[in-house]
Amino acid sequence: MFNQATLEMLGQGFLESLYMTLVSSAMAYVLGLPLGIILVVTDKDGLRPCAGLNRILGVIINLLRSVPFLILAIAVSPITRFITGTTLGSTATIVPLVIGAAPFIARMVESSLKEVDKGVIEAALSMGASPFEVIYKVMLPEARPSLILGAAISVTTILGYSALTGFVGGGGLGDIAIRYGYYRYQTDIMLITVALLVIIVQVLQEIGMKLAKLGDKRK
Amino acid sequence: MSTGTSLIQIRELSKVFTTEAGEVNVLEDINLDIMEGEIFGIIGMSGAGKSTLVRCLNFLEKPTSGTVYFDNQDLSALSQKELYKVRQSMGMIFQQFNLLMQRNVLKNVCFPLEIAGVSKSEAEARAYELLELVGLSDKATAYPSQLSGGQKQRVAIARALANNPKVILCDEATSALDPATTKGILALLRDINKRLGITVVIITHEMSVVEEICQRVAIIDNHRIAEVGYVKDIFTKPATEAARRLVFPAGKRVDHFTSSRCCRIVFDGSSSFEPVIANMVLEFRQPVNIIFADTRNIDGKAFGQIIIQLPEDKLAGEKMMAYLRNRGLTVEEVKDFV
Repeated sequence: MFNQATLEMLGQGFLESLYMTLVSSAMAYVLGLPLGIILVVTDKDGLRPCAGLNRILGVIINLLRSVPFLILAIAVSPITRFITGTTLGSTATIVPLVIGAAPFIARMVESSLKEVDKGVIEAALSMGASPFEVIYKVMLPEARPSLILGAAISVTTILGYSALTGFVGGGGLGDIAIRYGYYRYQTDIMLITVALLVIIVQVLQEIGMKLAKLGDKRK
Repeated sequence: MSTGTSLIQIRELSKVFTTEAGEVNVLEDINLDIMEGEIFGIIGMSGAGKSTLVRCLNFLEKPTSGTVYFDNQDLSALSQKELYKVRQSMGMIFQQFNLLMQRNVLKNVCFPLEIAGVSKSEAEARAYELLELVGLSDKATAYPSQLSGGQKQRVAIARALANNPKVILCDEATSALDPATTKGILALLRDINKRLGITVVIITHEMSVVEEICQRVAIIDNHRIAEVGYVKDIFTKPATEAARRLVFPAGKRVDHFTSSRCCRIVFDGSSSFEPVIANMVLEFRQPVNIIFADTRNIDGKAFGQIIIQLPEDKLAGEKMMAYLRNRGLTVEEVKDFV
């Protein structure tokens, strides 16, 4: 059906998509996880309420989240060029992906941590735990299943974003879909890239759900 | 048993919550001394402020004014770090148990030891010891979701004991449990108090809990302390309206009797199981009507109360009350009961 070159290109695209998604996810979590924790801790009934900081962070996150990703990717291109030296290719795409995904992840983490039973946090405080100990010994472990589920959603969302960047010179399956499937009307290539993207989403989502269930001791 | 030195002193404590609706006084001018080694009850209707009061004891809630001395340290004068340290010598258990759901039983008991910086092997050895004490050594690897309510509370008690606390604060610890399980948990607390000499502070809205294990009790009503004293005294001679409300169980009154002369007989453990009422009826050859009775056997002695309706004949009634008083019972005439 496809010649060797096309197959190689698709294989390359598949790997690039995975690379962009996983590296961006990891980096977005490095930013988003602490942000999410700060949102919960500084909330009015958090461990260290701080309305000012909470409000400012909330506004920044909402601003970033309300910009459509494709426009955000173009808007941050000077930053991308400054960091990677180019705006083209899959490595350059990681920059807008991280900037776009970190606020989303912060909100996911926030909602997971808010599910943790207030009573358990109070119990830990009654034993003399410091806020830091409450965060890493109580909140994060207790929210683990929910955090993992959130991660599956975040990673698949980032994969979707990464495909979008094909329009502005990003790499991976999205790039192939646009250049071959869209600009050259090669419907078969379009379909195969879509199929590959669907498979990646399915696999990542399934892994996330399995991991979340496996680690959950509530049932 | 109490040693006569006070472990917790609450001085002129007030707590104001600022809500959107304005300021709410939750506690006003609370003064209390809790002695080392006693089982002290704090009872009140819901909303009276008792849960806030217990949280002021370990400064989970900071009082708006006034202070708490624990083991001769003024808690309001401590730094955050010192406060964490002090809290390690105060165990706390809760109505909803508040166990870590993602940790097994053993790791839950290890938790406060981790906080205190005890090494893992030492912590586990201590945790096994404590699970033995609460009778759950076979559940060490189970997760909280696999336990019953009573078992969860036992784990919580083991956890509260981990750092050898001087006091255990119990916030409605039996309110989510059925009566039989409640008895078991209270027996365990009494046993811990006796064997380890740990002071126990019990917050509850149930008089039965206080009667069962407390030596002294404070009644909180309307954000203030209405009455403090020995359970026996308050039970036999409630001085305030709040105390009377708690001693006379609401909703158990029977209202289709016409005679208004009733008397309340209190069994405070000083009489043995002599069938007093039956003997009295035989002696006077006059019937009485038992309207309410709530007695129980504690260590072979009768505790509780019976309310009887006396004969219409005033003289006969007086004689009967005198007869009961002569048997060493506390008797008082009750008005408006029926």
